[in-house]
Order: sequence, then structure tokens, then C-alpha cells
Amino acid sequence: MKKQLVIRNESFSFLLERKTLLTTTILAILTFAAFVVSIGTGEMYISPINVIKTLFGAGEKQYELVIETFRLPRILVALLIGAALSVSGSILQGIIRNPLASPDIVGITHGASVAAVGLLTLFPTVSVFWLPPVTLIGAGVVAAIIYLLAWKDGVTPIRLVLIGVGIKEVMAAITSLLVVTSPIYLTPKVQIWITGTVYGSNWENVSVLLPWVILMLILTMMYGRTVNVLQLGDDIAAGVGSPVSRHRLILLFFSVALAGAAIAIGGAISFVGLLGPHIARKLVGPSFGGLLPVSAMVGALIVMLSDLIGRTAFSPLDLPVGIFTSAIGAPFFIYLLFKNRNQ
Amino acid sequence: MVALETQNLTLTYGESLIIDQLNLQIPKGKITVLIGSNGCGKSTLLRSMARLLKPKEGNILLDGQAIATTPTKEIAKRLAILPQSPTAPEGLTVQQLVKQGRYPHQNWLKQWTTEDEAMVNEALESTGMTELKDRAVDSLSGGQRQRAWIAMTLAQGTETILLDEPTTYLDMTHQVEVLDILFELNQTQKRTIIMVLHDLNLACRYADHIVALKDKTVYAQGHPTETITPDTVRAVFSMDAEIIPDPIYGTPMCIPYSRGRIGRKGGTQPHAHHVAISTAVGQFA
Repeated sequence: MKKQLVIRNESFSFLLERKTLLTTTILAILTFAAFVVSIGTGEMYISPINVIKTLFGAGEKQYELVIETFRLPRILVALLIGAALSVSGSILQGIIRNPLASPDIVGITHGASVAAVGLLTLFPTVSVFWLPPVTLIGAGVVAAIIYLLAWKDGVTPIRLVLIGVGIKEVMAAITSLLVVTSPIYLTPKVQIWITGTVYGSNWENVSVLLPWVILMLILTMMYGRTVNVLQLGDDIAAGVGSPVSRHRLILLFFSVALAGAAIAIGGAISFVGLLGPHIARKLVGPSFGGLLPVSAMVGALIVMLSDLIGRTAFSPLDLPVGIFTSAIGAPFFIYLLFKNRNQ
Repeated sequence: MVALETQNLTLTYGESLIIDQLNLQIPKGKITVLIGSNGCGKSTLLRSMARLLKPKEGNILLDGQAIATTPTKEIAKRLAILPQSPTAPEGLTVQQLVKQGRYPHQNWLKQWTTEDEAMVNEALESTGMTELKDRAVDSLSGGQRQRAWIAMTLAQGTETILLDEPTTYLDMTHQVEVLDILFELNQTQKRTIIMVLHDLNLACRYADHIVALKDKTVYAQGHPTETITPDTVRAVFSMDAEIIPDPIYGTPMCIPYSRGRIGRKGGTQPHAHHVAISTAVGQFA
């Protein structure tokens, strides 16, 4: 059997790797299974059959309340945040050409943190309704600052990373300063936000996140072939006709828009943007058309499962999801540093 | 016929002047090789001709059209460049790499037209990479890897191809192999090839036109037999050398003098030349 599948007609044509298709299908099934199990697990156990029935509107009343009011929005938010963070990292790693790049390593997450923590500590009376937009703006402003500081006849990946890491430290310092100088009663709330949590997510969060993430994923998909040539280096990309600086800026925008939205709703959940793309690349290779959906699903799985552990393993304690993504992510990051130490 | 032309081209790198007011014409359908000592600006010149580097002053014309005002995608359909030692991301297959050469011909809905497929297959074929198309680029040997990158530039389907030291880091066998592929493309498809080479002897063997750079401008240019003389080598590389005909193809071959060693050449040993040549032929045969 041929290794590839050609889809071609008058108006469109694609070349798909069969292995990638298979991996994508398996992951989709896994994600759905994890989704169903996650919905069914909790203080009240609901069997997968009943979960599916309820999802399709044919379930019993008692399940409906638990699923639709409490669990479903939270799990959907976890899923969307995971996908958004992971794809954000995939874009960054592609355009910066560095496997260690991710929104929480080049400073985007920390920029969002300063905005969110600033709002929580300096304006504790302002409605939490403002937290997501302010956070998103924070991510965008910091990304713009990093980009402008890195600009010198165009932006090279290495300058972007170095400036990003520098800015990240500044942002982390400001965040600490805000936490330390704020009234003590605010500290737990801020700390939970910094760790990242999907506790208390509601349908409003879903309705904001869902269209935004889907839109950004579609736009990113349209630029997939551009990520592919940027991965080969600026000279190659420019040689085959990509306006490199403009394309990098557009893709950086998608990356920030995805990470910013995820952080705005779920807080500074770390390492998903690093872990997701790495696992995805191991599964299907670096070609972006295949990498994007796989990376999205891997990220969704990580956050969904981390949250499942967080809310069940130490019941009745409901631990922030960020604790578990860090618990897997931090050792993995050290492993990556170790593996890449000679490069 | 002129493929590429520079008009009063001035290039700088940071503050330092690299190329000063250069007027150069590169013939169409020929192999042109840029030579010069390290740091003379030959790579910089090549990169600027491929619009990877903005000139400080002056113009570059591709088929008579200024590249500065032509959309980059249009240029990419007519001119391809292979920079020095490119790297592919881990796990990228040869075919996936070669496919990227089709970038200027695609859009987000049409990413694998019959033409794309035909061009990629042809590029794989002419570089002898068809068998290896599903292998990861990073798992290949240096020579194979370079052929994969050349295949990518070929898939772009351009009339003009620029290569920056395509033989660097390759052993002699693979150097000749890569240059043979380029020579064949030039012969069979009349593609214009412009490259930077370090090896003067290989440059002379494959080039129709040699451009020797020195002091921010062209020192000499023309057919290798006219251009590569002891005087040129002394001026361009600050080195004393004998130029003898390549025993196989008759193109100029440069034999440098070493400092402080007594040579065998001279009136007293008339057979020295003959001995050297027959050894060389033996090695090549």
C-alpha cells in the first residue's frame, strides 16, 4: 500500500501521509474516550453509556444537572485550553526554530500573568469579568514589546528567544512584587491563578473560548505550509517566496492569540505548550499540516487528564490543573535541556 | 543573453563595505562560478542576487527586471537559491523537504497538484533520491542530504539556480557527484547555474564563466582558460601557483607552491610534470 493518500480535484489538492491519518484517528478516539470518562468521573459516577446518552439529550434528569452544569463546561474548557496552548507552542517552535520555545518560556505567559495579577491585586474590587480581556491584552502587549525589541532589519529567531527570556524574568519579578505587596488575603487567589486552574469554569467561558480557538486553529491551518518553510530557516523560506518577517509576525500573532485566550480563562497553566508539540512531533514528524491537529489533541488530552487527576485523586480537595501539567512538564523540560545540551 | 545583472551594486555588512559599485553580468544558460578568498564577499554577492540581502545602493536585474520591485513570490518562480549548510527539522522526510520547493506555486487549498507531483518526482529522480524519499533528512549522509536540498531547489522549477558552496563538508566523491548533477541540469535543461565554490580546480572544470572577486569588486572574469592564470591566482588568493591543464579535461588546474619546500620542477627535472600528471590520471581513472 502507498504511504500517502492524494486528495485532488479542480479546486483543491493535498498530500496526506497515511501514518499521520491513522495517528490522528486514534488520537481523536482517545480524546473522545477521555472526554467521556472524565465527564463520568467525580463524586457521582456516571457510566460512559449514560454520559453519551446525556450528551445527546437522551439521558436521565439527575445526570443532566451534574453533567451539563458542573462537569461539561469545565471539561470543555480544559480541552480547549490544552489544544490552544499546545498549538501555540507548535507555532512558536516552528517559527523560532527552537524545540525549547513555548509561550511560557519566551515570556508570553508571564506578560499575561502581570496583567492578571495586577488586576487581581491592585483592583480587587473590579469584577472578574474583566480578567480574561485584560489577560489577553497583557499577552499581546508583552509579545509586541518582545517583537519590537528584537527587531533589527527583521526579527531573527535567536533574538526573539533571548529578548523573550529576558522579558520573562522582568515579568516574573513584577508578578512577585505585585503578590508580595498585595494584602495577604488576596495571595491564595492570585497563587491559584498563577498555577492555573479550570475550577468553576462555566458556559460563558466555553462560549468565549470555543469560537476564538476554532477561528485561530483554522487561520493557523491556512498558514501551515508557511510554517513548513519557516522551519527550514529564513534564507530558504525567503528563497521560496515567503515574506519572512511578515509571515513570522502573523504566525506570532496566532500563537499569542491562542495562548493568551487559554491563559485568560485558565490562568498560567505551564508546560503544555512545550510538551504537546514535542509529543506530537514524535508521533507524526514536523510537517505542520499533520502536526497541528495531533498537537491540538495531545494538548487537550494532557490538560483534560491533568484536571481529572486534580479533581479526583485528592478528593475532596480540588487541586489546580497547573500542578499536574508542571509535574509532568518540568522533568520533561530538564530532559530536553539535557538531550539538546550539545547543540 | 544575460540572466542576472548588477548595476552599481554596493553591499555592506553592518558598517563594513563588502562590494563597491559593482557592475556584473551573469550569462544565461551557463554555469557561472564565483571565486575569491575567504571573506571577499562572494557569498554576500550571491545572497544579494537572490534578494536575501538588501543592497545598500544599486540594482539587481533578473532577466532585465529589477528584483527589488518584483514580488518575492514571482522571483521565487524564476530563481531558486540554496544557501550554505541548511538544516531540516528532525524527522522531516526527503519528500516532505523537496515538496517545500513548490511553495511559490501553491496556495493553501492547492498543495499537491499534478504539476507539483510531477516536479517533485522529477527533482527526486534527477538527484537520485527517489529511493530515499521516505527517509528522514537528518538520517542521511552528508552527500545524500545535499542532494535532497538540491532536489528541493530543483522542484521550484526555476530557470536560474544559485548555490552557496554546495560542496562544502562533502568528500571528493560527493563533491564531484553534486557538481555532475548540476552540470547535467545545465546541459539537458539549459538552466542557469550560479554558485560559489572553494575548490578552484573543480570550479575551472565545471564553469563556463568564472568571476574572481577581490577588493570589493571583480578582479577578472571570463572562461576559465582565459581567467585562471598564475597572475590571477596571485592577485586573488595572494598565492604563487602553477597553472597546468587538467589531465582529463584540459581545463586549468592550479598547483600552489608551498613555502620553504624545494620543488621538483625546473629545467633540471623535465619529467617532473609528466610524472605528476600520470599519477593524477591514475587517481581519477
